[in-house]
Amino acid sequence: MMVPLDPAGKLSSQRRIAEGDTVVVYERHDAMRAVAVRAGGVLQNRFGVFRHDDWVGRPFGSKVHSSAGGGGGGGKKGGGKAGGFVHLLAPTPELWTLVLSHRTQILYIADISLVVAYLELVPGCVVLESGTGSGSLTTSLARAVAPHGRVHTFDFHEQRATSAREDFERNGLSSLITVNVRDIQGEGFPEEHRGAADAVFLDLPQPWLAIPSVSLMLKQDGVLCSFSPCIEQVQRACDAMRSCFTDIRTFEILLRTYEVRDGSLNSGTANEEAVVGPRPQKRKKFTPSGENSGCTEKTSSVLVRPCSTAKGHTGYLTFARLRV
Amino acid sequence: MDPPPPSPSPAIPREAWEGCSVLLDINDGDRLAFFRLTPAAYLLTVKIGNKTCSLQPLVGRPFGSLFRVGADGLVPCTAADASSLRDDSTRDGDDGQVQDETRDNRSLVDNNTAQNLSSDDIEAMKRDGATGDEIVEALIANSSTFGKKTVFSQEKYKLKKQKKYAPKVLLRRPTARSICETYFKKSPARTGFMRVDTLSLLLSMANIGPYSDALVVDMVGGLVVGAVAERLGGTGYVCSTYLGKKPSSIDIIRMYNLSGDMASRIAQAPLNDLCSLQNSGNTPSVLNGSSQGEVTKPIAVSTEDTQLSLAQQGDTVVSDEKPQLSAEQPVDMEVSEPPLEEEHPVQDETSSLDNKGNDDGSIASRSLKTGKTPSPEKMKYWKEHGFSSLIVAAPGNEVESLVADLLPLLSDSAPFAIYHQYLQPLATCMHSLQVSKMAIGLQISEPWLREYQVLPSRTHPHMQMNAFGGYILSGIKIHNTDAVVANK
Repeated sequence: MMVPLDPAGKLSSQRRIAEGDTVVVYERHDAMRAVAVRAGGVLQNRFGVFRHDDWVGRPFGSKVHSSAGGGGGGGKKGGGKAGGFVHLLAPTPELWTLVLSHRTQILYIADISLVVAYLELVPGCVVLESGTGSGSLTTSLARAVAPHGRVHTFDFHEQRATSAREDFERNGLSSLITVNVRDIQGEGFPEEHRGAADAVFLDLPQPWLAIPSVSLMLKQDGVLCSFSPCIEQVQRACDAMRSCFTDIRTFEILLRTYEVRDGSLNSGTANEEAVVGPRPQKRKKFTPSGENSGCTEKTSSVLVRPCSTAKGHTGYLTFARLRV
Repeated sequence: MDPPPPSPSPAIPREAWEGCSVLLDINDGDRLAFFRLTPAAYLLTVKIGNKTCSLQPLVGRPFGSLFRVGADGLVPCTAADASSLRDDSTRDGDDGQVQDETRDNRSLVDNNTAQNLSSDDIEAMKRDGATGDEIVEALIANSSTFGKKTVFSQEKYKLKKQKKYAPKVLLRRPTARSICETYFKKSPARTGFMRVDTLSLLLSMANIGPYSDALVVDMVGGLVVGAVAERLGGTGYVCSTYLGKKPSSIDIIRMYNLSGDMASRIAQAPLNDLCSLQNSGNTPSVLNGSSQGEVTKPIAVSTEDTQLSLAQQGDTVVSDEKPQLSAEQPVDMEVSEPPLEEEHPVQDETSSLDNKGNDDGSIASRSLKTGKTPSPEKMKYWKEHGFSSLIVAAPGNEVESLVADLLPLLSDSAPFAIYHQYLQPLATCMHSLQVSKMAIGLQISEPWLREYQVLPSRTHPHMQMNAFGGYILSGIKIHNTDAVVANK
């Protein structure tokens, strides 16, 4: 259901959680995990004890309460503030990227979304990828080419290839993704894909070794993307591309996030006592706009500023087209 | 409920066909122009330098091909022409190492006396039939300072002369990426300053994929609706909803070369209709005062209305575009589309227009097919199942109440992404969603994109950089049992 393969597979209000489904359990914005629903299954976390059986039959997006006391919560089923609770979300490639187990460093949403757009992937495309890594990008590639396209992904590490294959199987993506163990740097892509790929993605330590093979795999005007953390790798890769590729462009993409707070700022005149604004109140009761909440501000008291933590660098993305 | 997806023909058409939309890239992005290769393509021309060239030679050529300007017009570049392109200019020594540059510019004075050929000489060469590349070689040979320049400076000089005397035209395939980049570079106000990384994030964050039922508010000319339709690939639906009675223009979808199947997935419905569906439980055809439906003949009436609104849009697009462009930036981009004439009524909806649509009516009727009013059955389906994705691109609009109206139309656990030019409205919206508990996983992001020049000994970020691609508020709609719920 992560990527619907037919109309019945898509998210809708009519769908209900069933045994065997994967749900993404949302505890907090920075705490989520994927859980396979099974009869008698139990999830224990800081918010309590949650029985899978309580989830079956509910719609995705539901809020569920712990069925037994977890911490000091009291755990009344369906109770208001007493029990701990979580939300059960339908899995998507974005959520999968945030919950999957990291066997390698992975790509995140900013790089992933630029890659999919720049590779010009549409349903029906054939795309080659190496290395598979933990399957973060692979999952989004599968969505982009579904329902009739194919992702052929290669990794030289047998165990990681197996883990990825199992993940795709569990997520219902086996018909879209083939995983193979192969050293692309040493051997190039397999002959069977010659001239058949609409796009190729490389995340390799020495991508220039694979460039000649890529030029044989791509259809004319097909797009290559090479992801490298280090600028020296980028330079050598671009050099290797120049004979067969054109439109060679290299980018970095990062996301800056913002935090939002409800509050007021200190007033600054000499005669007044400093007024410290209220603490962030996410759970504040909703007051209709007409009521005077007691604050003296006339304008919106929502304050916003950038988060101070951010990713500084993931890698450079180099895109190129096969010369016609 | 949905018909099975079309049988797989090549996912991406690799050659320009008669009737398709193309993007011409002249001199490496200096000039960008959209054209449609209508059956009368031999009449369509593009002016390059002072030569007017017919577009006929483009038909049937592969996307990605390069053309030069020959004596009679556009001529496909040969391998020999290609060798003079800059991508091929590796300046490696025999051993593969880049030679260290020993020259510098200490003695070079820019007083306009270095070139020995006069403009008359050059004109004479042109009259004698010299090619552009031959003229460039002659200029280099007659430059007294060329030999004293560094190798990098020589490359730059050669490129500059090539652009003037031997312009190259690249035939590009219009896709979400190339369409977005072109508008962003040349006419960004028309697409709400949406940068390509921002657009790609919206598509990912909203989980646009096969069989999605996507709800979209597109006030960026149709850029988003087209991109969503491209990702749906003929499955699912995109309902482009609008405020008020008249839809804003989504003409940019015409650039996308959407097949008949893909285009038929696009529907337009006023937000009032979708919301009243939610509240009253009736389909709009039963309500009075709706501008769209009549119980007995929904298709016929809506065709008329859509005819009107599209004709109006056609006028607005063609006439408003030039003044708007000149107000903002120098116009380096042209959009040559035949003006939307009197539309024909919608024909057989099941007729599948394949990529090589031949009949003259196909373009007009295709644009009418998109933007059709959804059937009452479809509206009912959306009411019962909810939409599975929401994208809002209304960068000049107030968002808080708009989002409050839109979220109830989504199924639970459906992701949404809201694009805006201003931070404060998104912050207020995010806060109110937190308080009302209608959504979780809320995040405001600002994408940062930097391009690099990667050349031997000359690798650095580009000197020019775009500093702002907009803000995105993303989140997941949830089932809220705690909030005050109306009319349920």
